[in-house]
Amino acid sequence: MTATREGASFASGTETDPAMAPHGMTLTLRIWRQKSPSDKGRMVTYQVEDISPDMSFLEMLDVLNEKLILAGDDPVVFDHDCREGICGSCGLMINGTAHGRGTSGGPTTTCQLHMRKFKDGDSIDIEPWRATAFPVIKDLSVDRSALDRIIQSGGYISAPTGTAPEAHSILVPKKDSDAAFDAATCIGCGACVAACPNASSMLFTAAKVSHLGLFPQGQPERNERVVNMLAQQDLEGFGGCTNIGECSAACPKGISMENISRLNHDLLGALRAGARPKS
Amino acid sequence: MPLDLFSVGDPIADTKAPRDVPIGERWSTRRFRARLVNPANRRKLTVIVVGTGLAGGSAAATLGEAGYKVKNFWFHDSPRRAHSVAAQGGINAAKNYRNDGDSVHRLFYDTVKGGDFRSREDNVHRLAEVSVSIIDQCVAQGVPFAREYGGLLDNRSFGGAQVSRTFYARGQTGQQLLYGAYQALERQMAAGTVEQFARHEMLDLIIVDGRARGIVARNLITGEVSTHFADAVVLATGGYSNVFYLSTNAKGSNATAIWRAHKRGAYFANPCYTQIHPTCIPVKGDYQSKLTLMSESLRNDGRVWVPKERGDSRDPREIPESERDYYLERIYPAFGNLVPRDIASRQAKNVCDEGRGVGPGGLGVYLDFGDAMERLGRPAIEAKYGNLFDMYAQITGEDPYETPMRIYPAVHYTMGGLWVDYDLQSTIPGMFVIGEANFSDHGANRLGASALMQGLADGYFVLPNTINDYLADGPFEKVDDSHPAVAEALQDVQGRVQKLLSINGNRTPASFHRELGRLMWDLCGMERSEEGLRKALDRIPEIRQEFWTNLKVSGDLDTINPTLEHAGRVADFIDLAELMCVDALHRAESCGGHFRAESQTPEGEALRDDENFAYVAAWEWTPEGAPPVLHREALEYEYVHLAQRSYK
Amino acid sequence: MAKTNSVAKKAVVAVTGIIMVLYLIAHMIGNLKVFAGRESFNGYSEWIRTIGEPAVPAQTTLTIIRIVLLTVVIAHAWAVISLWRQAKRARPHGYVTKKAVAQSYASRTMRWGGVIVGLFIIYHILDLTMGVANPEGPNGTPYDRLIAGFSNPLITAVYVLALVLLGMHLRHGIWSATQTLGQSNKRRERTVNLFALVFSVVLIGGFLIVPFSVLFGLVG
Ligand SMILES: Cc1cc2nc3c(=O)[nH]c(=O)nc-3n(C[C@H](O)[C@H](O)[C@H](O)COP(=O)(O)OP(=O)(O)OC[C@H]3O[C@@H](n4cnc5c(N)ncnc54)[C@H](O)[C@@H]3O)c2cc1C
Ligand code: HEM
Ligand code: HEM
Ligand code: SF4
Ligand code: F3S
Ligand code: FES
Repeated sequence: MTATREGASFASGTETDPAMAPHGMTLTLRIWRQKSPSDKGRMVTYQVEDISPDMSFLEMLDVLNEKLILAGDDPVVFDHDCREGICGSCGLMINGTAHGRGTSGGPTTTCQLHMRKFKDGDSIDIEPWRATAFPVIKDLSVDRSALDRIIQSGGYISAPTGTAPEAHSILVPKKDSDAAFDAATCIGCGACVAACPNASSMLFTAAKVSHLGLFPQGQPERNERVVNMLAQQDLEGFGGCTNIGECSAACPKGISMENISRLNHDLLGALRAGARPKS
Repeated sequence: MPLDLFSVGDPIADTKAPRDVPIGERWSTRRFRARLVNPANRRKLTVIVVGTGLAGGSAAATLGEAGYKVKNFWFHDSPRRAHSVAAQGGINAAKNYRNDGDSVHRLFYDTVKGGDFRSREDNVHRLAEVSVSIIDQCVAQGVPFAREYGGLLDNRSFGGAQVSRTFYARGQTGQQLLYGAYQALERQMAAGTVEQFARHEMLDLIIVDGRARGIVARNLITGEVSTHFADAVVLATGGYSNVFYLSTNAKGSNATAIWRAHKRGAYFANPCYTQIHPTCIPVKGDYQSKLTLMSESLRNDGRVWVPKERGDSRDPREIPESERDYYLERIYPAFGNLVPRDIASRQAKNVCDEGRGVGPGGLGVYLDFGDAMERLGRPAIEAKYGNLFDMYAQITGEDPYETPMRIYPAVHYTMGGLWVDYDLQSTIPGMFVIGEANFSDHGANRLGASALMQGLADGYFVLPNTINDYLADGPFEKVDDSHPAVAEALQDVQGRVQKLLSINGNRTPASFHRELGRLMWDLCGMERSEEGLRKALDRIPEIRQEFWTNLKVSGDLDTINPTLEHAGRVADFIDLAELMCVDALHRAESCGGHFRAESQTPEGEALRDDENFAYVAAWEWTPEGAPPVLHREALEYEYVHLAQRSYK
Repeated sequence: MAKTNSVAKKAVVAVTGIIMVLYLIAHMIGNLKVFAGRESFNGYSEWIRTIGEPAVPAQTTLTIIRIVLLTVVIAHAWAVISLWRQAKRARPHGYVTKKAVAQSYASRTMRWGGVIVGLFIIYHILDLTMGVANPEGPNGTPYDRLIAGFSNPLITAVYVLALVLLGMHLRHGIWSATQTLGQSNKRRERTVNLFALVFSVVLIGGFLIVPFSVLFGLVG
């Protein structure tokens, strides 16, 4: 294993004698392995040793994978990219909660969960997001393109390049702009779907509907947007929202339930105004 | 300086910028002179766009909307994950909303000077002109820029600029700008003008009869290698900082697309120009997989210091004021902690080289908010930097309110890239390069908040206007897999992928990547010397040799296999690293982010050599071990006069 | 309208839920007449069957109420079951390990709690309206049936259980309905939740007084 004692040892910016450093953690991992979408898949148990508390969760999986590659085994596939909590690529069910929210003590992405949240000897269950709309590609990697298709169905403002008026010709009250920003920070990770007992993507959809609907620029398409995005969400095979609230609790960006209410409000208004989804 | 490592070819020049008119009229003149394509004909023309970052996303959306048939490729699962999403600080635009004397000309001037006089005036001026429309466009799309109570857009000053011209969306500007482009792109996908190829990695460029006519791409899920054709190809594949293994770039950021295009004939310009960002969270152990940037804005209130004594390992809170060295304030009394990135980075390296660095391995300096907390109170600091402090605490497990942060420089951005003319066309007709992937408008040093500006300028406004001039000659003759050039490219790629999988040695791609990165960081990083670069140039071929004989990739060819993807990228990084070192070695001057130990002022500052090096170094690939060929593009400064930068 | 619109279904759940809540408020107040004595209570039962007479035939109003309630219950159950099935389709393969982070007990028991309340309603009608399931039998007055039933601790226990479940159903349901109808926001959330709690406690308390008073012999 490649973890250094150095990494494990320092605290508060001071170095301690490497000889005195505590040994890294030994952990038992139970990981969902599934070769292909059609494979049945199962949980497989692995051991990792000498894990530094300063490692990120994904770095811990890197350590496992290096070992697997050298042994000629298939490394565990998981999605990741930025590793700083902003791209939305990563996403694992860790001990039964999305992004390990049950362990982290605060909102987090999987890549920003650090091993100091675990103890030596812990056993960790790692599973992919589970939803019909998120078919497993391999191991822990799932296909989340359904979320893109929800955006395609109306999650935009039609503003062809070059047609924009001077930016200051549109005034937006700071309150609305801030609320829109809060909603706009959704990173499309899909943890809300993974956490929701109904496998509903309502929080994701609501975040986009709120973001655009709070801006003056978003008004002309507001009614069509909400009806179409919801119709697409149902079409993709997501569950319906019954206001359970697990989504918001698991969301790394803290997208609030208020956005779902705003979506519902918009939807009922749009239906009353006669908006119907283009089939 | 003649070297055994390269040969010199003919000079190269941009012929597209209309130099017969004053600089302020060149962009409109070029647009006027460029030929147009009738809307009815656009449907018959196909454009491949590789990449969905700010540059690729905005270009694909705009071209699709214009009526071209666009095929968009990217290696992520969704266009929204392109690395542009991680940009924090902001985007510049010469709006002069603050009435503080800003103008297109000032932005132009600052950018040329900030680039240490190694960029092309025409391009930079156009960038400054277009910057204004970018903000309008983004606001119309619903990008939630920060606003003031009156409902107007807020601006801040950034990266040491003297005017407030930076537009921002909290610390997530790149994310919000990218989502604007992504939504525009998704809209075109729904409209059917943009065809999507998610999780496809471009592995080669197809050239037929001297024109770029398509790409070879591998479907990362099925492993299938296939060819795709078009009338023009646009690369928007981002920067190559990951040649250093540890950088602030995302794990997947790679040089493969531009490197393979380079090997097919596109010149690579200024490969050695890299930007090192001074405020990153230091490395903790050799398992570390990436580095995280802490916004530069922290230097507005934080004070940078190290202990005066070497090897002083006391708790920082126990080191008395008199035994601390606030070295930036000491060396640069006028700018203090706010000196530009390259200078702050180099000084951090200097104090660590002296053995006064702090934290594990002695690779870190303190960024101390003690004074600011006393002066402003903790709530004010929380309001200003709360999210950054939280991020720091989450990653390091330390509380920055209690103990000073530790920071260290890290590779952040590459100013080098494929050479392009004013039309953003590479030396291969029909291949255009935009965003961080081209050698860009930033010269030897990029100013803060200007990469986002450049990516969107290229994608929304420049390319969609210039590419018409090329496409006006199309549609070109149909090509398919039976063409010998196509068959060859396809075979090349398939052979290479199989080769990587079959070596079956003892080292993982990551272990080679780490070794290469460490070598580049030590010898071609913040400070470069002839001796060091030569050492690197001796070592890199050995690494390459070992890579191709001792690599271990497990898993299969026909399913998703990240190890295999990584191996291919590392192979290209090894080749690119070599060219970077050659470039760094040949440029025996210091400029911007490129600091040559041999070329410094008596005070240890970067010393430019305009006499000999006021040019863009455009490198041509020569196959089979022959040294690369240098083509120089002379840089002339008509509007901004050459001057030495000084921050004392 | 798309074939399935999950939000429209949720609106049906919410609107029908609210109608049932309104009915329950009236019903609870009506039940309190038990304290005014047998005549008053039976009179109320009589009155509800004769409103509007002779302008309209006997039991018109009651029939209307019954039709509305039946429709509402069926619609409520249909929408809920259909959403339930959608959720099952949306995740056929569950997790090996799954833990809740935020879910409250009330929100988790909505479905089974609702089913139990539904079964209770059937039993309750057989018991007090039709009398077939009542110790007193179908021939007594409502007042007699009520006293006879609640004198039996077992029957009282069934009622208490159902009412507590109903209380939880409403506690989450009222908040949920404001959310579904787009009337909730961050500022209101606390107020709505508090209201839902107080309302449910008062309503269920109002109902519970009756069986307990009978059981402890305060009435009858
Ligand atoms: C942490 C961080 C903070 C930053 N902050 C700022 C800031 O505040 N202001 C500023 O102006 N700049 C900032 N920058 C720089 C700026 O973000 C980037 O330069 C810019 O976003 C690059 O955009 P791009 O479109 O060129 O490339 P990217 O956004 O990197 O997009 C590359 C695209 O190409 C695709 N791709 C790559 N290779 C292949 C391949 N082989 N085959 C197929 N597809 C491929 C990817 O899938 C992706 O879609 C920051 C950079 C970093 C790393
Ligand atoms: C027939 C039996 C019943 C079943 C199976 C049932 C089931 C449910 C379910 C599953 C929900 C959705 C949970 C949620 O949205 O969070 C719900 C909501 C609700 N129910 Fe019931 N319920 C029943 C009877 C009742 C009764 C008798 C009342 C009223 C007195 C009632 C009032 C409500 C209310 C107000 C809601 C909230 C609506 C909403 O969420 O938008 N229900 N019910
Ligand atoms: C302790 C609590 C309750 C008491 C004492 C009570 C009492 C009664 C009585 C006496 C009747 C018969 C009235 C008549 O036939 O004239 C009745 C009918 C009815 N009750 Fe209740 N009830 C209680 C709780 C509930 C609850 C919780 C519900 C619903 C969830 C409910 C729903 C009904 C319905 C639907 C009828 C039938 C109305 C009709 O169509 O005639 N009751 N109740
Ligand atoms: S709403 Fe939150 S959990 Fe859902 S996709 Fe967006 S960021 Fe992820
Ligand atoms: S957990 Fe699910 S039910 Fe709704 S409130 Fe969240 S989507
Ligand atoms: S890897 Fe980007 S959010 Fe985790």
